[in-house]
Amino acid sequence: MNAQTPLASPIATASAPAAEQNILRERGQREVFCGLTGIVWLHRKIQDAFFLVVGSRTCAHLIQSAAGVMVFAEPRFATAIIDERDLAGLADANDELDRVVAKLIERRPDIRLLFLVGSCPSEVIKLDLSRAAARLSKVFSPGLRVLNYSGSGIETTFTQGEDACLASLVPELPAEAPGAAPSLLIAGALADVVEDQFTRLFAAMSIAPVRFLPARNSQDLPPVGPNTRLLLAQPFLAETARALENRGARRISAPFPLGAEGTTAWLQAAADQFDVDEETFDAATAAGRERAGRVLERHRPSLAGKSIFFFPDSQLEAPLARFLSRELSMRIVEVGAPYLHRQHLAAELSLLPAGTMLSEGQDVDRQLDRCRAAKPDLTVCGLGLANPLEAEGLRTKWSIELLFTPIQGYEQAGDLAELFARPLDRQNRLKA
Amino acid sequence: MQLTVWTYEGPPHVGAMRVATAMEGVHYVLHAPQGDTYADLLFTMIERRDRRPPVTYTTFQARDLGGDTAELFKTAARDAYRRFKPEAMIVGASCTAELIQDDPGGLARALHLPIPVIPLDLPSYQRKENWGASETFYQLARALAGASAPAPGTARPERAEGVKPSCNLLGPTALGFRHRDDVREVTALLAALGIEVKVVAPLGARPKDLARLGEADFNVVLYPETGLQAAEWLKRTFRQPLVKTSPIGVIGVRAFIEEAALIAGVDPGPTLKALAARSPWYSRSVDSTYLTGKRVFIFGDATHVVAAAQVARDELGFTVAGMGTYSREFARDVRVAAATHNIEALITEDYLEVEAEIAKLNPDLVLGTQMERHIAKRLRLPCAVISAPVHVQDFPARYSPQMGFEGANVIFDSWVHPLMMGLEEHLLSMFREDFEFSAAAAPSHLGAHSGNEPAASGIDAAKTEETHSSQASAAAPAVWAIDAEKELGKIPFFVRGRARRNAERFAADRGIATITMETLYDAKSHYSR
Repeated sequence: MNAQTPLASPIATASAPAAEQNILRERGQREVFCGLTGIVWLHRKIQDAFFLVVGSRTCAHLIQSAAGVMVFAEPRFATAIIDERDLAGLADANDELDRVVAKLIERRPDIRLLFLVGSCPSEVIKLDLSRAAARLSKVFSPGLRVLNYSGSGIETTFTQGEDACLASLVPELPAEAPGAAPSLLIAGALADVVEDQFTRLFAAMSIAPVRFLPARNSQDLPPVGPNTRLLLAQPFLAETARALENRGARRISAPFPLGAEGTTAWLQAAADQFDVDEETFDAATAAGRERAGRVLERHRPSLAGKSIFFFPDSQLEAPLARFLSRELSMRIVEVGAPYLHRQHLAAELSLLPAGTMLSEGQDVDRQLDRCRAAKPDLTVCGLGLANPLEAEGLRTKWSIELLFTPIQGYEQAGDLAELFARPLDRQNRLKA
Repeated sequence: MQLTVWTYEGPPHVGAMRVATAMEGVHYVLHAPQGDTYADLLFTMIERRDRRPPVTYTTFQARDLGGDTAELFKTAARDAYRRFKPEAMIVGASCTAELIQDDPGGLARALHLPIPVIPLDLPSYQRKENWGASETFYQLARALAGASAPAPGTARPERAEGVKPSCNLLGPTALGFRHRDDVREVTALLAALGIEVKVVAPLGARPKDLARLGEADFNVVLYPETGLQAAEWLKRTFRQPLVKTSPIGVIGVRAFIEEAALIAGVDPGPTLKALAARSPWYSRSVDSTYLTGKRVFIFGDATHVVAAAQVARDELGFTVAGMGTYSREFARDVRVAAATHNIEALITEDYLEVEAEIAKLNPDLVLGTQMERHIAKRLRLPCAVISAPVHVQDFPARYSPQMGFEGANVIFDSWVHPLMMGLEEHLLSMFREDFEFSAAAAPSHLGAHSGNEPAASGIDAAKTEETHSSQASAAAPAVWAIDAEKELGKIPFFVRGRARRNAERFAADRGIATITMETLYDAKSHYSR
């Protein structure tokens, strides 16, 4: 294995076969969110988009539970709840959907992009949302574009909802001008502050143009073509990457920008594509690397040697495990992921300690048995499992926070470490 | 289809989870797609339960749909039985599984498990959470107590000499608003009357406890939304009378004591004399005079709304300006109660209608759910929470019942507190020209920082942004003259918002472009009651 490969060229190690890893594939009860949850952060990112879930009361209740206090801020998402009358006949359901959309647009004329988001119920009754989207696009053109994707639990797990959403945007991207200079496209919703930091770093390396998918505004979609170099900022973008590659974009293989090392390797992979010389790269990244290194050093004493267990949730598990093991010397017990994309994770998997136990999918009761037997110092899991495990004496870090908190890049490396250090710190403080 | 941003109630299978999670020794096998496990976190996070809800989900995915989802269900049920060894099992389908039409009841029967397996039929596209809880509890009670039912028409045997009168408490569930403490409070009330509580259900009950529901002399229905259906079946089957009076508020508690005592054949006198609440005296103390006639808007589930309206009018001296409920099943009770306040009840599941009604009525206090708390915040009105749905802070660590005499004390404190805060702020702003309370200083104990606006979180920032944009899209509002704006600043903050809105509405109605001090006072006299 290549765990000790020098940092400068992680790409060279990216071909390490995942098969060398110890992968357990499980099926059974999965304690995970469905893709609808992605709406909660996506609607914040695309500021003129509205997400209309076509689903049941359960879907509305799920988003409400996941969005917490955000629901009270007139967010740009809602559910068209299917009722008995809609189940009676499909033609009726389409009319109903048109009526709901018209009502919505009347109330929110500021919306420029509407996503019809499919759910389990809408898919099982085979309501054709792509036809509905095409029909409604025509009706509301040119002020409003209507797209569709599936965020259903039967199709998607948690962050795969973002993947499906971004993939639905790809056909909408303008074609790159013929003979355009190579451009960098970064895919995956990042917090605005992180996006701005990366923009400055690429500018310092004179890499231009740099564009992001999703863009903050739907009128501002990045062009794509054979001269587009695609850099994934998130590990869960299988469909999006495929759609972009089909339009000619070429993916740059890299670890994900978590931690000082991950961020450097991620930036380096882009720099290599754009022939940035070593001196320029160092000049651009030195300050950030130094700051991140310093703050990580502060967290190392509380995390080094501690064992950690990941339940599957977001597909961020492998990059996080890489960061925690290599930069903070934590011991990895098991890395559970809902889905392991072998290619996109190649650079990550090669950096994990040899023989790291990986699991894909879930049988939650069996995984809980393994977790209890291993007694890890820290368990990363969803909110349904966290308190019950705490009550059993295990310290936990709830995973959904890792999606809502800015964690990528140099300046957030310390915050990321702190998310894991805090539960252990708390354990030391509490005496009662 | 119905356009929905917020729902007061979840789907009916969440109601079934509330019953299963409340009980011990019951396991729920739910045919549901991947993702429906989100509901677990309502129990582990909002109610802070230390165990996972006793629910196994089949979590089928798209690739399973072509194959045998029925087999998936059977495997899940068999595994759940082996692992959790429940004393009874309930099985059913969530909304998506309802569409694929496997038959959980039939499939589970085919497994021949050595425990009672109770199938649930919860129509997700018609019904909601409370109905689901009620139906689940009823089905469990029927299945488990039904075996010991006497022949129809049999009279209830007289209680033997020397045996204490007894009752069951029906309706408390997991995720119930203050259910934990209400049970303790009502149990103590009944104990003071010499009435024994045999079974509390579903909260804390085991299947074998449900099997002996018929033994008690009568039933107390704490929450009709979840317990009435079972209680009515018990009445038909075991001839157990029910006490339906809600022991919320001092008047309610007294009526409850008298009703329970009458049914149990005991004397309520000593209990009524011995137990009391502090709230009636608090309400009479001169400090409370300013509460007189304060206009209150009340919204929530039917039980809490009807009780709150009585407490508001008869125990605190408020005027009920508006009331309503999201529980359509109990809409009639709320309509009847509203009529006694000479108002019409608002029956709706759409919080935008509730918001419009509150904005229209412009009450001095809002009593409602988590949603009304946010509406009140937006409209800058004082508010207290009286009903589910509620967030984590309304599952408090401290003892805080709504029922019984202690409940009356809790209600007095929690309703008056937001108003009292208003009085405090008023006093502070009266001294606003003092250097310590300069106009720029927010009323706060944190002197040094008080000049700064609180740092807006992303969410708050978004909210402000939305508010601005929605205002911008309305017709151009009148401009405030500097002197009028200054004068407005002298009005206590808790009525300032209303004064501003009134003046703006007044100006808009009359096409006044600039609001002067005159306009401000014209509006004040126009709208004064």
